[in-house]
Amino acid sequence: MEYVNIIVKAVGPENMALAFFLGMCSFLAVSKKVDTAMGLGLAVVFVLTIVTPINSILFNYLLKPGAMAWASPELAEVDLSFLGFIVYIATIAAVVQIVEMAIDRYSPTLYGALGVFLPLIAVNCAILGSSLFMVQREYDVGESLAYGFGSGVGFWLAMIALAAIREKLKYSNVPPGLRGLGITFITTGLMAMGFMIFGGIKL
Amino acid sequence: MDKETKRILLDPLHLKNPITLQVLGICSALAVTTKLETALVMSAALTFVLTSSNTVISLLRNRIPGSIRIITQLAIIASLVIVADQVMKAYAFGVYKQLSVFVGLIITNCIVMGRAEAFAMANPPLKSALDGFANSMGYAAILLYVGFFRELFGSGKILGFPVLEATNAGGWYVPNGLLVLSPGAFFLIGLLIWVQRSLSTELVEETN
Repeated sequence: MEYVNIIVKAVGPENMALAFFLGMCSFLAVSKKVDTAMGLGLAVVFVLTIVTPINSILFNYLLKPGAMAWASPELAEVDLSFLGFIVYIATIAAVVQIVEMAIDRYSPTLYGALGVFLPLIAVNCAILGSSLFMVQREYDVGESLAYGFGSGVGFWLAMIALAAIREKLKYSNVPPGLRGLGITFITTGLMAMGFMIFGGIKL
Repeated sequence: MDKETKRILLDPLHLKNPITLQVLGICSALAVTTKLETALVMSAALTFVLTSSNTVISLLRNRIPGSIRIITQLAIIASLVIVADQVMKAYAFGVYKQLSVFVGLIITNCIVMGRAEAFAMANPPLKSALDGFANSMGYAAILLYVGFFRELFGSGKILGFPVLEATNAGGWYVPNGLLVLSPGAFFLIGLLIWVQRSLSTELVEETN
């Protein structure tokens, strides 16, 4: 039940894109068409679900103060948490690379669909962000799996919704200065208000 | 000052602003601007990271092999961010707590990667440092604008000093709660883009 709660919270009121503004660059750049938004969204769900628990394991058994105690009692004092950033980003870059090769090998169709979006994900702040939030909120490995999956799904939903709206927006007459980026910001703001209705839901 | 230096310094402030035109680094611009103070500290941190990362990457540009340049750049940027993070933790712990994960997220701030790829990899160190500094100023300008309005109308204060007496402190001003929440930030930047592009019509996009 706790896991469901974490997922619901990560999809709705604490949505990566709309509440914490993470992954905004690709969120705005790749949401012109529903197809491409779908591709990037699925890739994000996929990578987040894998990366967040891996980083959680690394943090709990290598980096946090006293985490090395399992190796030998002499290392029990070591605190490597300041190395966090560089370790997480390296994990993310490595996982993205491996996932890319694996998909290419075993499912060429999926690879074709995700295409260029996979390498882009390495520098998507939503991925690094979920690892940092996981550390800050002290989730254990199971909880971070749920959290990674939930925030991926939230990002994917928000992204498809925005892409669908933007496809329709093509036919409307927007004031010149607001065309393109401007109206996208306003639309995203309205969507963020919509997602706020999930606030306070507890299972 | 010759023409090119001037262009490097002034373009990012208006015609090539990293946030409103290059669409880079939006995450943090929206997230840390509920108060002017956090916006200021975040701008300072980014200025440090971007200027030094541009300089370092430009110094190493002829030695970085093309195939592993992304991970090399990420390693350089991550090390600089760790420095900024530790300094901030030591000297400004209150603000550090409020910024939470967003200091770490400078690593994936697209401005830093974007300028490294687009400028520092192809230009000498001094120019790259200037470019990094100018882009940070363009970023800071937007952050301060958003932070100013969100704090002024969202809680009636500027840098923590009450300017409009809020009703919950016995004054007359009813704070606009929307501005403190995330939609307010989106609207403010959207409106800024509208103003900017109406003033310089050559920036208007053709389609939606």
